[in-house]
Amino acid sequence: MSSFEPGRTETEQLNQLLLAVAEQRDRQAFRALFGHFAPRLKAFVMSQQADAGTAEEVVQETMVNVWRKAAQFDAAKASASTWVFTIARNMRIDMLRRARRPEPDMNDPAMVSDPEPLAHERISHEQEAERLRAAVAELPAEQQEVLRLVFMEDITHAEAAERLGIPLGTVKSRIRLALKRVRAEVGERE
Amino acid sequence: MKIHHHPSDELLLDYASGALGEGWSLAIATHLALCPACRRAVAGMETLGGGFLTSVAPAPIGDDALDIVMARLDAEPQEPAAAPVAEIPRGAEPVLPQPLRGYLGGDAGDLEWRRLGLGAFQVPVAMEDRRTSVRLLRIPAGRPVPEHSHRGLELTLVLRGAFSDATGEYKRGDFQEADDSLEHRPHAAPGEDCICLAVTDAPLRFSSVTARIVQPLLGI
Ligand SMILES: [Zn+2]
Repeated sequence: MSSFEPGRTETEQLNQLLLAVAEQRDRQAFRALFGHFAPRLKAFVMSQQADAGTAEEVVQETMVNVWRKAAQFDAAKASASTWVFTIARNMRIDMLRRARRPEPDMNDPAMVSDPEPLAHERISHEQEAERLRAAVAELPAEQQEVLRLVFMEDITHAEAAERLGIPLGTVKSRIRLALKRVRAEVGERE
Repeated sequence: MKIHHHPSDELLLDYASGALGEGWSLAIATHLALCPACRRAVAGMETLGGGFLTSVAPAPIGDDALDIVMARLDAEPQEPAAAPVAEIPRGAEPVLPQPLRGYLGGDAGDLEWRRLGLGAFQVPVAMEDRRTSVRLLRIPAGRPVPEHSHRGLELTLVLRGAFSDATGEYKRGDFQEADDSLEHRPHAAPGEDCICLAVTDAPLRFSSVTARIVQPLLGI
């Protein structure tokens, strides 16, 4: 990560690298992004029962898509790691599960647009992402465990209940409690 | 338009993590087109996903992986793909938002509606994933929704008009998540036909294939 500047958070630096790829097609910046994300993406994909060879293919395809779609990255809407997560998630659905993921189309005339953010909501997405992560780290272990299973192992909350051998209702209440606490940190919905 | 009934956190989480199947995801994605609050909730959940990706213990990557990817970039167009430009809406707002309209190949007025009884009509929505049954329903104003048997989960998203049952009134954008314990007998509201998207587990005739998959979904 030699191109990282001291005194800035990792989140800010990753965002800058991704913007350099989007705006200048900066290969040095892309190499730095690869150095950060590829080993994490590989661990992420391997946690979903993929073998090392398949995981390597999904990682490569994800990183090529990071390059290809970089212009769609909007630093006002998501941090770099969140955006890369959504690319990897879609790649995993496509390559590992060979399934389709329906998504809304932002250009659809039927789309109901976002309201103007309230003044107190105008914190940067980087700050919000760091606060959310800090809030997750503070959650009780049993709530963290459910979130970790759902995100890392590509299973539904109902499958997580089966995996943990606990009632579905317990998983639902852990998810609701966890999200309530995390949202309280960033003043989200409700 | 004020939406009063939203998908549960668990369902939005399964959509955000990517584990939710195609049929259920179509109902969620179409609700998201109409509901900025749930789009924001899903974006927050994706941020949690980004956090898990950041904090995972890195796995060793192949020595040649970077070279392979850099070589593939040479084959990519040199100019970045342009970010999508927002189109100015023309004409009337479609009844069916994307991605549903794309699945059906047209808006509500373009479809071949099939008679269902009691004056109601339906159009099946074709899915690659056969574990769910997905239909668009049109219920005449003021009439009951025809009896429909289903096991497990049923998701309903109102797209025009309204229906009501013991749990409340559902208008455009409202989302109902019902299990088979709910005896709801919904009626379309007077004034306008009600068009809604309904997603259920696929009928039992697929059970030999789906039981394995559906059972964990139902938690049985
Ligand atoms: Zn909603």
